[in-house]
Amino acid sequence: MTIRAAKTPSRTVRAHRRFWTSRTRRAGLNLLGLLVALITLFPILWMISTAFKPDTEWYSLTPHPLPAHPTLSNFRSVIDGNVIGWPYWTFLKNSLFVTLVSVAASSAVALLAAIAVARFKFRFRSTYLIMLLIVQMLPQQALVIALFIDFRSLNLLDSLVGLILVYTAFAVPVTFLMLRNFVAAVPRELEEAAAIDGAGPYRVFWRILLPLVAPGLVATSVFAFVFAYNEFIFALTFLGTDTAKFTLPLYVQYFYGRNGANWGGIMAASTLFTIPVLAFFLIIQRRLAAGLLSGAVKG
Amino acid sequence: MVRTAHGQPGSVSDPAGRPPRPAPPLSFRQRSEIWIRRHRVAPYFLLLPSLVLIAGLVLWPAAQIAELSFQNYGLPQLVGTVPTQWVGLSNYSQILHDPEFWLSLRLSVFSAVAMVVLTLVVGTLVGLLLNRLGSKMRAFVAAVATLAWATPTVSASVIFVWLATPDGGVVDWFLSKLPPWLDGGAKWAGFSWTNSALPAYTLLTVLVVWTGFPFIAISVLAGLRTIPSELHDSARVDGAGPWRIFWRVTYPLLRPIFRVLFLLSIIWDFGVFTQVYIVIGELGQRDMYNLGIYEYSTAFTLPPAYGLASALAFILTIILLIITVGYVRASVRQGALQ
Repeated sequence: MTIRAAKTPSRTVRAHRRFWTSRTRRAGLNLLGLLVALITLFPILWMISTAFKPDTEWYSLTPHPLPAHPTLSNFRSVIDGNVIGWPYWTFLKNSLFVTLVSVAASSAVALLAAIAVARFKFRFRSTYLIMLLIVQMLPQQALVIALFIDFRSLNLLDSLVGLILVYTAFAVPVTFLMLRNFVAAVPRELEEAAAIDGAGPYRVFWRILLPLVAPGLVATSVFAFVFAYNEFIFALTFLGTDTAKFTLPLYVQYFYGRNGANWGGIMAASTLFTIPVLAFFLIIQRRLAAGLLSGAVKG
Repeated sequence: MVRTAHGQPGSVSDPAGRPPRPAPPLSFRQRSEIWIRRHRVAPYFLLLPSLVLIAGLVLWPAAQIAELSFQNYGLPQLVGTVPTQWVGLSNYSQILHDPEFWLSLRLSVFSAVAMVVLTLVVGTLVGLLLNRLGSKMRAFVAAVATLAWATPTVSASVIFVWLATPDGGVVDWFLSKLPPWLDGGAKWAGFSWTNSALPAYTLLTVLVVWTGFPFIAISVLAGLRTIPSELHDSARVDGAGPWRIFWRVTYPLLRPIFRVLFLLSIIWDFGVFTQVYIVIGELGQRDMYNLGIYEYSTAFTLPPAYGLASALAFILTIILLIITVGYVRASVRQGALQ
């Protein structure tokens, strides 16, 4: 007994040791976290830094993290459009038009379906849900063949309207699957109370349900937004010949395909394509996490 | 029933013998509301727009793919100079005897295995790390990870091609500066990552892991936050190390989440298209095609063979549907039908 007591360090020494080990552990974890953040951020930072480098610098065989003589000439050439013939704004406009319309349309359509599933019991409810889970997973590079043939006969090729239709339809399942959790989270009692006070279904929708679901609508529409803003396969296939109709992802890929060695210009185009999304994401970060947690993991 | 409901004339006759007052006519809106309520069709009306969209733009094309895969359908049939011919299973037998199909299938399977395993491992490790960090650091790292996830696929692909480009790319520069015992050295200077399949798919794997791990990490973090910390504490007191704690406590509790993430990753990584299209330089190098790219090039490079491509697309879809069945079952078990 006395031997064991002699071997254990005194209480203050133990407290000290615990303090230091917990401190070094926390410092180590923080260091690890910083390392993960740095590695993750590196490609994005490298893109931005290259975009500001003059030709002589990005073509050098010993790369430097920061441009020694930052220049806007890469951005100028992208915005002037002397590479493709159309300025950057044309493609930004196309992309924003297609994205915003299809996000609005798919959110509206998905909201109606989410209300049906969250508020009613009906036949084929499970069938509908399983169908959406499956539809979400069908490969786009397979469906694009049939859609190409259909859209050709409908005169919807080389048309932003055709893209909007496809983006709306393909964004509905994921928007719906997340949105229905938000609709289900709105307490039914509020709607019932409003109905007892004489509000009709339209009033209940506009005055009670919609304001309460609005934050969820923002969170879920992010996913439709990202899908439509990034989508490549359909844009590549449908907008084959008309450069003026290109959306941003197609534009960046086309720029890269035509100017394979002009990395300053390619990175400037890519920066102008990427930064708006990243800024948007940083702004809505918190709501996004809510959307991710409520919808995606639960399926 | 003494009181007469307003608007229901004739249900109770007026004692004075006066004719019942005619009810104000119902508006179309009121009548339609009553009809909808009586027949309980409200949910079907609400589902109608989504059903029309999905049926017209997803299910119908899928059925067309199945039909086209049994037809000889190329450019003459597309413009209508030659009628469509039914050819039975000949598209499929052609595919099964085509070495390029087997090569592309092998590339799809092997790359998907590497991508899924690495994305899940990296994502889980970062998720575990996020759970241990202080709240500010956690928010910071999670925000940065979200940025990688949010980077558009086309941008990410172009960036990674630039990072790995033989002249001026930072990857080759870094590898040539590594000490020899880490396999560094001058042989890496000017190494081309996009000239043959193995380096190209190595680059693609890193790219897919970079864009894919944040989603896994955030999902794992969300799952970890639901586990009461007492479980981990008591395991630690009992002398279990971190490895044991993960496999004996964390993993069993998060198994449903991992199952869904695993299946989703397979579906996404097996069907990876845009990244491959950009990294291998459009449709130039046929020995670097994966299944999706091979199918796409069959349909959209001259001469287009839509029938044959549809058969390939159908095979791709069936493979993905088999995995999707597992995903749907896992989702249903987690309450997707509630």
